[in-house]
Amino acid sequence: MSVLAMSNIQKSFGSNHVLKDITFHVDKGEVVSIIGPSGSGKSTLLRCATFLETIDSGTITYDDKNAAETVNGKAVYAKNLNDFRHIFGLVFQNFNLFPHYSVLKNMMDAPVSVLHRDKNEVREECMALLEKMDLAGKADAYPCELSGGQQQRVSIVRALAMKPEILFFDEPTSALDPELTGEVLKVIKQLADEKMTMVIVTHEMPFARAVSDRVVFMDKGVVVEQGRPEELFGQTQNERTKQFLQNYSNT
Amino acid sequence: MTLLNIIIKMAEGLEKTCAIFFLTLLFAIPLGMIIALLRGSKFKVISAIARAYISVLRGTPLMLQLIAVTYGPYYLFGISISRNKLIPVVIAFTINYAAYFAEIYRSGIDSMPVGQYEAAQVLGYSKIQTFFKIILPQVIRRILPSLTNEIVTLVKDTSMAFTVSYQEMFTIGKQIANSQTSFVPFVVAGVFYYVFNAVVGFVMGRVEKKMSYYKI
Repeated sequence: MSVLAMSNIQKSFGSNHVLKDITFHVDKGEVVSIIGPSGSGKSTLLRCATFLETIDSGTITYDDKNAAETVNGKAVYAKNLNDFRHIFGLVFQNFNLFPHYSVLKNMMDAPVSVLHRDKNEVREECMALLEKMDLAGKADAYPCELSGGQQQRVSIVRALAMKPEILFFDEPTSALDPELTGEVLKVIKQLADEKMTMVIVTHEMPFARAVSDRVVFMDKGVVVEQGRPEELFGQTQNERTKQFLQNYSNT
Repeated sequence: MTLLNIIIKMAEGLEKTCAIFFLTLLFAIPLGMIIALLRGSKFKVISAIARAYISVLRGTPLMLQLIAVTYGPYYLFGISISRNKLIPVVIAFTINYAAYFAEIYRSGIDSMPVGQYEAAQVLGYSKIQTFFKIILPQVIRRILPSLTNEIVTLVKDTSMAFTVSYQEMFTIGKQIANSQTSFVPFVVAGVFYYVFNAVVGFVMGRVEKKMSYYKI
C-alpha cells in the first residue's frame, strides 16, 4: 500500500516551471532517496508533499485519501488538511527547532497541544526516544547549547514524537560540518533498519546507496530515472544520470 | 518654601505621573500589537488604515494630540467629556505610544525566520497557536531593547501633561517655580525622572536577562 502517492504534479514559480508532471509514490516501510542537481525540483517536491508549497495541479493522496486533487485544471486541497499533517513529519535542512523551548519541550509540545495527548505519557515516550538516540542527557538543554549534529538529531526525534507514518528529510546534512554528518546519517540508518517509511532528499551519494530501497534521480523538474540503488548507481544506461554521478564522484 | 516642602508637594503629583505611565503601558502595549497585526493584514484596506494611523500619530506632536483629545470634544461638539483629565490624557498617550509600539512589534515579527512558521505548520499547530506559542515569545525577546527605549521616553513624556494642566508632578513643579520664581522645582523634577528611569532600566534589564536563556 502506498503511504504517499503524488500524480501529475505541476508547480511553477512565476515563469519558472519547477515540477513538470511528476508522479511519485512511497510504499509502507520503503526508504526512498531523491538525488539530483540543485534546482532539479527535489526540495520543491518535498515541500509540495508537506503542503509548504501548494501545487498548481495534480493529486496528492496519503493512505489512499485525497489531500489535494485537481478540479477543472486547478488544485483543490482538502478542508481537513491538518489531519493529513499528522501522517507525516519533516526534518529541515536548517533544523528549525524552537529556540525558546528546551529539547524536551520541543518534542512534547506538539503531541500535547496539537494532538491533545496525555502529558505524562508523551513525556515518557519522548524520554525513551531521547535515550534511544543518545540524547538523554540533553532533555533540558536549549537548542543553542547543542552542536549542529545534535540539533538535527533533536529535530528528527521531534518529528518522531508525533508518531508519523512517513518521515521526510530535506537535505538533512547540508547545513552540517562534514564531521557532524555521520551522527545524523547513523540515526537515519537506524530508522531505516526499523522499517520507518522515509523520503530523503540528499547529496550524500554513498549514504543514499547504502540506505535506500529505491533511488529517484530528478533533473529539471522531471524524474529522469528511478530504481534499486545498485542498478541506478552501478549500471545506469541513462546518459544524464551517468553524467550527474560522474560529476559527483569527481568532486 | 523650603526644599522639603517643594519635594513633598511635587511627590503628591507623582501618583498621577505613575497613573499616566502605567495606564498608558497597560493599554498601549496590547493596542500596538493589534495595530501591528492589522498593518500586516492581507486585506489592503485594513493594512492601509493601520498605516495611516501610524503615520498620523507618529507624524504629529504628542502635545498637539493631548490638546486635541482633551479640548477637541468641547470645540467640536460643545461637550466636555470629563472633569477628570486623567481619561483624555491616558487616551492621548495610549494612541500615540501604540503607534510606536506597533512599529517595534512589526520589526520584531518581520525578523522572525520563515522556518519557524514552517516547522510549526508541519507539526500541525494552528495559526493562533503558532503566533502565541512560537512567534510571540521570540518576538518579545528580540524587541525588548527597543521597547525599553520607548518606555524610558514615556517616563519623561508624562511631563507633557502640563500642557493640559493635569496636576501631575511636573505641572505642580512648574506652578511652584512660577509662584516662587525658583529654579529648584525643575532640579527636583529632573531627579525624580532620573530615579524613575533608573528603576525602569533596572527592571527591564532583569527581564532581558531572564529572557536571554537562549540565543536567537
